[in-house]
Amino acid sequence: MGKTFQKPEALSDTITHYCPGCTHGVAHRLIAEVIDELGIRGRTVGVGPVGCAVLMYNYFTFDFQEAAHGRAPAMATGIKRVRPDLMVFTYQGDGDLASIGLSEIMHAANRGEKFTTIFINNAVYGMTGGQMAPTTMPDQRTTTSPFGRKVAEVGMPIKVAELLAALETPGYIVRQALVAPKYINRAKKAIKKAFTYQQENRCFSMVELISTCPTNWGMTPLDALKWAEEKMLPYYKLGEFKTPEAAEIEDPDS
Amino acid sequence: MGKVLMKGNEAIGEAAIRAGCLNYFAYPITPQSEVAEYLASRMTEAGGVFLQGESEVAVSYMIFGAAACGERVFTPSSSPGISLMCEGISYITAAQCPAVFVNIMRGGPGLGGILPSQADYMQATKGGGHGDYKLLVMAPASVQEAVEMVMRAFPLAEKYRNPVMILGDGLIGQMMEPVEFLDHLKVEPTNKDDWATNGLDTRKSNTRNLVKTLYLNPEELNAHNLKLKAKYEKMEREEILYENFNLEGDYKALIVSYGTMSRVCRTAINNLKAKGLEVGMVRPQHLFPFPHKAILEAAEKQSCQAVLSVEMCMGQMVEDVERSVCGKRPVHWFGKCGGEVPSPEEVMEETQKLVN
Repeated sequence: MGKTFQKPEALSDTITHYCPGCTHGVAHRLIAEVIDELGIRGRTVGVGPVGCAVLMYNYFTFDFQEAAHGRAPAMATGIKRVRPDLMVFTYQGDGDLASIGLSEIMHAANRGEKFTTIFINNAVYGMTGGQMAPTTMPDQRTTTSPFGRKVAEVGMPIKVAELLAALETPGYIVRQALVAPKYINRAKKAIKKAFTYQQENRCFSMVELISTCPTNWGMTPLDALKWAEEKMLPYYKLGEFKTPEAAEIEDPDS
Repeated sequence: MGKVLMKGNEAIGEAAIRAGCLNYFAYPITPQSEVAEYLASRMTEAGGVFLQGESEVAVSYMIFGAAACGERVFTPSSSPGISLMCEGISYITAAQCPAVFVNIMRGGPGLGGILPSQADYMQATKGGGHGDYKLLVMAPASVQEAVEMVMRAFPLAEKYRNPVMILGDGLIGQMMEPVEFLDHLKVEPTNKDDWATNGLDTRKSNTRNLVKTLYLNPEELNAHNLKLKAKYEKMEREEILYENFNLEGDYKALIVSYGTMSRVCRTAINNLKAKGLEVGMVRPQHLFPFPHKAILEAAEKQSCQAVLSVEMCMGQMVEDVERSVCGKRPVHWFGKCGGEVPSPEEVMEETQKLVN
C-alpha cells in the first residue's frame, strides 16, 4: 500500500514560529492542500500580511510578496491586473484587514478583483501582543481593553463577511472556522471553492476563518477552541454569505 | 513622427506608453488629473492596464504589487497625494523594485494650493517615507524634457531596481508645448527572473522568488541597507546630470535653479547680460544625485562673488547648494511659495543686490 497522507508540495519543511495551539498552521496547510489539488503552485503568488503571519512565506514553496499593514489587497490588485494569469491570494489577520486595511479590502471586493483573501479572525491583535481588534468580542479582555471591550465606547465587533457580502458586486464571501475537525473540513471546501472561482476568473472571493489565539487570550489551546466555539460562533455565523451564482441569477442583463 | 502640441500631463502619459509601460494606477488630484483622463482611453487603446485606485495609499501598493511582478508600472500624482504614497515608496525601495512616480508639485503644506510649487524638493530627495532610502529624482524644465525623462526613467529604475521620481512643478504639467516623442529612447526591459514574483512557471529556475522588506536580524538589516547605500553611491557616480548656462565668461554671481524656475532665471540672466552684468547658472536636471562638484567648481570661479538658489518654495535646495559650496562663497536664497512664479525682474533685482 502506498503513502496515503503526505505533506503538500506547496508547504516547505520549515518549522513554523507559531505558538502552541495556534490555528495559523491549520490554515496554512489547508491553503497548501488546495494549491496542490488544483495544480497551481507554479503560477501562484501569495501576499502576506503584517501580523503573526508576516513570515508565512517561509512555510510555502511558491512566490510570495510581503505587504505593509493592511495593504495586501492593493498589492494583490496590482499583481492580478498586470498578470491576470497568476493565481493570487492575500492572507490577513483582523487588525490588518478589518482595521488599518478596511478601505483596501472593501474596494478590492467592490471592484470584483479576481483574487482570494483568507481572513484569519481570532478577535485580537496577535503579533503586537494581544491588543483589542475591531473583531474583539464585547467584554473580551485584551491588553488595550483591560476591563473588557466596552461597546458603548468602541462599538460592536465588525462582521467582515456580512459587510463585504452587502456589496452589490458579485463575489464569493464565506465564513468558516478552524476550531474543530468538522469545521476544518468545511473550511477547506470553502478555500477550494474560493480558489476555483478565481481560476474561472469569476469573482473576488474571501474566506473568513474563525481562529484562536491561546497565547493572547490567556488560555490553554483546548480552552481557546472551546471559547471560540461557544463565544464567537454564535456572533460570527458560519456559512456562505454570497455566491456569484446568486448574483448571476438576479442579473437583469442576462 | 514630428512635433505635436501637447499639455505636459498628457505628454507624460503618452511618454510612459512609448517607454513600454502599459500599467497605470492612479488617483485623481489637481494639477495632474489630465494624465489619468488621457490614459483612461489611451491606455485601453494601447492594450494596457488602467485602474483608478481608491486612494493614493492603495495606489502606491498596486504599484508595488505590479512592480514586484517585474512589470513596468507608473503613477503620477501631486504633492498631498505623494505624501500618502511615501509609505508605499519606502516599501518599494526596500524591496528593490523598479517603478516610476511623477510628482507634479503644488503648494503646501497641507492642502496648500493648486498652483505651481517646488516645495517637495526635500520630500523627493531626502526620503519622504521612513527609513534609509533615496530615489533617483529627475527635474524637467520643459514638456519635451519631461517626455524624455519619463522614457529614460524606466530603464534607470530597472538598472538600480529602485523607484525613480520625476519632480515637475505644476507648470510642467499644465502648460502646452511642442513635443517630439523620441522612440529610440525606448529600452527593452532586462531579465527579471532572479527576483520578480511572477510565478515559478514563468522562469526556468525552480527557485521561488520572494519580495520582502522585513529583516528582523540586525546584522541582516544592516547588510541590506548597506546594499541599498551602495546603489545610491553608484547613482552618485553615474547619474549626475546638470546643465551649465553662461559659465564661459567672468560671471559675478552664480544662480542654481531647476524646473520652470530655471527658465525664468535664464531670461533674467540674458536681461542682466544686456545691462552689462554677467551671471552664470547651474541647472540640476537630476536632483538626486545632486551636482555638488559642478556647483562648487562654478562657485569657486575667481570672478564669482555670491551664489543664489532660486526656488518656488521657502528655500529647500539652498541647503544642498550650501553643502556644495562648502563656505567658499556666500549662499543666498530667493523664491516665492504661494504658487506665483518669481518674475525675471525680481530675480534680476535679487541678483544685483549680491554683487558689487
